[in-house]
Amino acid sequence: MGAMLERDEWKAFSDAMALAASGLLTLVGLVLALAGKDPAMAFHGCLLLGAAGLAFLYMLTQLIEGAEPRAEAGYADGVIRAGVIATVFWGLAGFLVGDIIAWQLAFPALNLDLPWTTFGRLRPLHTSAVIFAFGGNALIATSFYVVQRTSFARLAGRWSPWFVFWGYQLFIVLAATGYILGVTQSKEYAEPEWYVDLWLTAVWVVYFLVFVGTLAKRRDPHIYVANWFYLAFIVTVAMLHIVNNLAVPVSLLGSKSYVIYSGVQDAMTQWWYGHNAVGFFLTAGFLGMMYYFVPKRAERPIYSYRLSIVHFWSLIFLYIWAGPHHLHYTALPDWAQTLGMTFSIMLWMPSWGGMINGLMTLSGAWDKLRTDPVIRLLVVAVAFYGMSTFEGPLMSIKSVNALSHYTDWTIGHVHSGALGWVAFITFGALYCLVPWLWHRKALYSQRLVEWHFWIASLGILLYITSMWVSGILQGLMWRAYDSLGFLEYSFVETVEAMHPFYVIRAIGGLLFVIGALLMTYNLWRTARGDEPVDAAEQPRIAAAPEFRPTPAE
Amino acid sequence: MDWSKHQVLEKSSILLLIGILITVAIGGLVEIAPLFWLSSTIEKVQGMRPYTPLELAGRDIYVREGCYLCHSQMIRSLRDEVERYGHYSLAAESMYDHPFQWGSKRTGPDLARVGGKYSDEWHAAHMTDPRAVVPESVMPGYPFLAKRELDYRDVAERLEVLRLEGVPYTDEMIANAKADLELQVDPNAAALSEFLARYPKAQVRQFDNDPSYVSELDALIAYLQMLGTLVDFATFDAAGPNLR
Repeated sequence: MGAMLERDEWKAFSDAMALAASGLLTLVGLVLALAGKDPAMAFHGCLLLGAAGLAFLYMLTQLIEGAEPRAEAGYADGVIRAGVIATVFWGLAGFLVGDIIAWQLAFPALNLDLPWTTFGRLRPLHTSAVIFAFGGNALIATSFYVVQRTSFARLAGRWSPWFVFWGYQLFIVLAATGYILGVTQSKEYAEPEWYVDLWLTAVWVVYFLVFVGTLAKRRDPHIYVANWFYLAFIVTVAMLHIVNNLAVPVSLLGSKSYVIYSGVQDAMTQWWYGHNAVGFFLTAGFLGMMYYFVPKRAERPIYSYRLSIVHFWSLIFLYIWAGPHHLHYTALPDWAQTLGMTFSIMLWMPSWGGMINGLMTLSGAWDKLRTDPVIRLLVVAVAFYGMSTFEGPLMSIKSVNALSHYTDWTIGHVHSGALGWVAFITFGALYCLVPWLWHRKALYSQRLVEWHFWIASLGILLYITSMWVSGILQGLMWRAYDSLGFLEYSFVETVEAMHPFYVIRAIGGLLFVIGALLMTYNLWRTARGDEPVDAAEQPRIAAAPEFRPTPAE
Repeated sequence: MDWSKHQVLEKSSILLLIGILITVAIGGLVEIAPLFWLSSTIEKVQGMRPYTPLELAGRDIYVREGCYLCHSQMIRSLRDEVERYGHYSLAAESMYDHPFQWGSKRTGPDLARVGGKYSDEWHAAHMTDPRAVVPESVMPGYPFLAKRELDYRDVAERLEVLRLEGVPYTDEMIANAKADLELQVDPNAAALSEFLARYPKAQVRQFDNDPSYVSELDALIAYLQMLGTLVDFATFDAAGPNLR
C-alpha cells in the first residue's frame, strides 16, 4: 500500500513537473514571439509558443480528467511507432531536398535566385534532414526499442520519452526553418544557432536520462553490446555538441551569435566535432542498430564477443583523433595533421572489426541473403560500411588528400557511407520493426523490398561512381600543368567538366528517392494491416513475436 | 587474456559510462588544447586588424547565405594552389574569424585572396546574375542583395560580443560602429582619416554604385574586396622579423 501511494505520488509529481515545464516554455515562446528582434526569432518564438502551448493544454486535460490510467505495463512502444513514422517522413524529405540540390548543381537556374531556395541555404537543410532528422529519429527509435528488449525493462520516465520525441521534432523544425530563413552559424553539421543548440541540449540530456534510466532497471546483469554503442553515441554526441557550439548571442532576443573560437582553433574544434558526428552519430549509433537487428533477423548469435569488446573500445578511442584529416596542408600545425592522419589509418582496423563481426554473424545462414531481402539490406549496409571505412583512411593520407580534398570525391565518400551504410541499415531495421511494432503477421510485400533494394543500390552505384570520376578529374585538372609550366586549366573549365557527372549523380539520387517511396508505401500498407501479398515467402522472423511459428528444429 | 574482467564494465552502467567518457575525451584534449597556447598558432602578423563594421556585416551575410559550402578560404601549401590563388593562408589571417570560413569544398574557387582581383562592378553584376559574367558558372544568383537595405541596428553590439571573445575592438571603434559603417560607403566623409587610423587599409567607396542606401550588396562586396589584402606578402617573411 505504501509503495502504491509512493508510485502515485511520483506520477502526480511528474505530471506537475511536465505541466510546469510546458507552461514555462509557452511563456518563453510568447516573449520571443512578441519581442524577437529579427523575423526569424519571432517566428521561432511562435513555433515554440504553439508547440509548448499544445503540450501544456494536453497535460491540463490529462489532469482535469483525473489522468486516465495510462497503460504503464509492458514495453513503451507508442513512442517508437511515432519514431518510425518520423524516420520515414524525414528520410523522404531529406533525400528529396538532396536530390533537388543535386539538380541545382547541374542546372543552376533551379536555384530560382530567391533567398530561400539557393543551394547555400538548402544544402544544410539536406544534410541536417538526413543526418539529424532521418538518422537521429532512427537512432532514438531503435535505441528505445533495443534498450527495452535487451534489458527486459520498460522505458524509464513517464513523460520523458515523449518529451524526447516531440522535443526532437521541434529541434528539427526550428533548425530547418532557420536555414531557409538564413539563420546559421556556418559550422558544417552544426549550423543551428545558439537557442536551437540550447534546446537540443535539453532534449539530449533527457534522452540520455531515459536511456541510462532504462539500463538501470534492467533485469539481466549484462548490458548488451548494442547498448554500449548507443550509450557511447549519446554521451559523446553530447560532449561534441556542447563544446563545438559554445557561442555568445548578440542579443537574448535575437538569432545571431558568434562562436567563441576563431580561426585555427575554431577549425580544429569544428572538425573534431564534424568527424565525430560521423564517428559517433553515423557510426557508433548505427553499429548499435547492427548489433541488434543483424543477429535478430539472421536468428544467429553475434559472431565474436571478444571482437565486440576490442573493436568497441578501440573504435571510440581512435575516432576522436581523426578530425585533423579534414585540415591537411592548411594553417593547422603539421603535428596535428600528422596525428589525425595516423589515427585515421589506425581506425581502419576497429572499423573492419565491426564489419567482420556483423558479416560473420551470418555464418551458417548465408542462404538468407538469397531469400530475405531485408537481411540483404542489412548485410549490404555492413559491406558498404566496410568499403567506406577503407576509403576513409585512404583519403586521410596527406598525399591522397592533397588531390581529393575540396573535390566531389569527398561527397561521394560521404554518400557511400550515408546511403550505403546508414540508410540501408535503417531501411533494414524499419522493415523489421514495422510488422513487429504494429503486430502484423508479415510485411505487406517482400517483393517491393526486392525492388527497393535493387533500385536504391543502382542509385548508390551511379552516385558514388560519378563522384569518384568527377572528384578525381577535377583534382587532377586543378594541378595540371602545360608544357610551358603554366596551370593548364582555368577554374571555370574544371566546373564545366563536372556537368555530366552532376547529372548522373542527380539521377542516382532520384533512384534512391524512388526506392524510399516504395518503402514508404510498403510500410504504410503493413502498418495499416493490409493482407500481405507474399506472406508465405517471408521468413518467420518477419512476423510480430506473437505470430511467429516456433522454429522447425 | 581473461576476457571475463570486462564484465566489470558491462555489468555497471555507471562504470561503462565513465569508461566511455575517459576514452573519448583524450584525443580532443591532446589535439585541441595546445592550439590555444602554441606560438605557431597564435602568432600575430603585421597588417592584421579586426573587420570594419561594414566588412563584418558583409561577412555575416556571407555566413547567412552559406557561401562557405562552395567556396573555401584556405589556400593550401601546394604548388598549384599557390600559383592559382596566391600565398598560402596563414593562421593569423583568420585569427579574428568567428567562426572560421575555411570551407571544405570548392564547387567554386577559393576566395581567401579574392580581394582586389575583380572590380566592384564585376562583383555587383556577378552577384545579380553569375552567368552574365561567367557563362559556365553554376552559382545561384543573388539579385535580392542589391535590393535589400542592410540592417545594421545592432552592429555595435556585434562588435562588443566579438570583443568579449577576444577580437581587439577598442571603445572608440564600438562607439563609432554605426557611423563607421555608413562612412565606408561615403568617400567624402569628414571623419575619413580617423576611420582609416582605426582600420588601416580599409577601402572606402560606393561598392554597389547605388548611393541612395547601404545595401546588403555593399556590405558583401566590401567584405570580398578586403579578403586576403591585409598582410603585405611583398615584405612578409615566414621566418619572423615582421611578426609583431
